[in-house]
Amino acid sequence: MQTLKDRACIVGVGETAYTRGSGKSVLRLVLEAARYAIADAGLQPHDIDGLVLSAHYVNQEQLAANLGIPDLRYATTVQMGGASPVAALQSAAMAVACGLATHVLIPFGWNGFSETPVKRRSSGGKTYSLRPPENAMTASVRNYYAPYGAVAPMHYYAWLATRHRQLYGTTDEQMAAVALACREHAQHNPKAYMYGRPLTLEDYLNSPILATPFRVLDCCLETDGACAVVVTSAERARDLPHDPVYIMGIAEGHPLPADDLANRADPFAIGLSYAAPKAFAMAGVSPRDIDFVEIYDCFTYVVLLQLEALGFCRRGEAGPFAAEGRLRIDGDLPCNTHGGLLSEAHVWGLNHVVEATRQLRHEAPLQVRDCELGLVTGWGDFGDGSLVILRR
Amino acid sequence: MGEYGKPLPRGEGYHGDFYRFCKQHELRFQRCADCQAWRHPPRECCPHCGAFAWRWEQVSGKGQVYSWTVVQRALHPAFAEDVPYAVVIVELAEGVRLVSRVLDLPPQELRLGLPVEVVFVDVTPEVTLPMFRPCR
Ligand SMILES: [Zn+2]
Repeated sequence: MQTLKDRACIVGVGETAYTRGSGKSVLRLVLEAARYAIADAGLQPHDIDGLVLSAHYVNQEQLAANLGIPDLRYATTVQMGGASPVAALQSAAMAVACGLATHVLIPFGWNGFSETPVKRRSSGGKTYSLRPPENAMTASVRNYYAPYGAVAPMHYYAWLATRHRQLYGTTDEQMAAVALACREHAQHNPKAYMYGRPLTLEDYLNSPILATPFRVLDCCLETDGACAVVVTSAERARDLPHDPVYIMGIAEGHPLPADDLANRADPFAIGLSYAAPKAFAMAGVSPRDIDFVEIYDCFTYVVLLQLEALGFCRRGEAGPFAAEGRLRIDGDLPCNTHGGLLSEAHVWGLNHVVEATRQLRHEAPLQVRDCELGLVTGWGDFGDGSLVILRR
Repeated sequence: MGEYGKPLPRGEGYHGDFYRFCKQHELRFQRCADCQAWRHPPRECCPHCGAFAWRWEQVSGKGQVYSWTVVQRALHPAFAEDVPYAVVIVELAEGVRLVSRVLDLPPQELRLGLPVEVVFVDVTPEVTLPMFRPCR
């Protein structure tokens, strides 16, 4: 049987600064990150012949026109919210493995701090960037959640967290362990928005509750910035400057139904629950072989939920797993070694892919020593999931 | 009294049908005419058996608390007057689940499985929202 295992590699990564107030359009941010990633791959913009985008803050026509791509052979957009960037790797890997494209660029950027819907309203709609479109979740939110006051992802995911806590006894201190590990790791990463701002458990417990069980410090950052990565075939990768990082196993998954969080037979059966066994089977490895993970950390509890879906621990056991310190750099499963969305920046998790690539090149600021295998997840919308298992 | 500032259901397509029944103080969900499976939110066909035929069937209105979040800081200005308020998922006896509020209950008294029953709240002259209260 044909498989995508080891057929494609990440050969270039790049990112802008992570700020609150970029003063730039999203397109400008994305172009800057793209140029860094293309240069890191030892390529020129005209070498790019594939684009896989995440949602609609920029479009493929704008990007190709600005980059001067002469022959865009493959372009598509993934619609999985924050799970899109890792799922985009899957699309790019297929394209290069089949010869549909040679060098595929995966960019993502946004002004996640300075152009949020609230700030758009207060600025009278003045903006340099495309508005995010309606998506599959809109009908459920507008008709069934928002009239009762559930208006943000924090509220929707809190329903999962509350039920998990009621059934399994997951605690504040266990959720805090995720936030504290991310913040500790960010202290070694000068690019991280929270670099130089360490966090204690007391700080965490003193931060105000926004919607139970989530405090301010359970929520990821809002930042402006962009990342990009370049994917090519394993054959082509050998000619490029960096040691290739191989896409060893990759999959996406969608809960049923994906457009409503409330009506699922098993609320903890998320997209990743379906995707993880497929990615591990493709890679031919198991969770205990993984040296580090970069888990999509929009909220602390969502990391715990994903650790269970991935099989790193059994259902209900992720809280104690985190509280034992296993996610810290000196634990047996270092997690979000750059600081994550909680303490580096929120770039829809494409920054997790950039970090995992640098870890596997052994050039990360906080290096997981001798690491060979890393795993990155994406989480989006109402629990769409994606994961990639990378090797050096 | 100021104007009602909270988001109202958009009510496009079948969602509008759901809320038209609510306006009559009837809680009805789609039920497959072939395999009898209930479903919500409304859909074009039955995800279990594939049948296109359904009817809007009234439920008992009784259910239990499935999960919740207590919002302590409003993210939409119109809800500032409500904080702290709990947005609750109620599992109806028929199996479908509905996001709603539980009235007449302090949020700290919420627990899994708490028995509740529907009450209809006419929030504007046009729109009625199904909410719940603890069973007597
Ligand atoms: Zn049916």
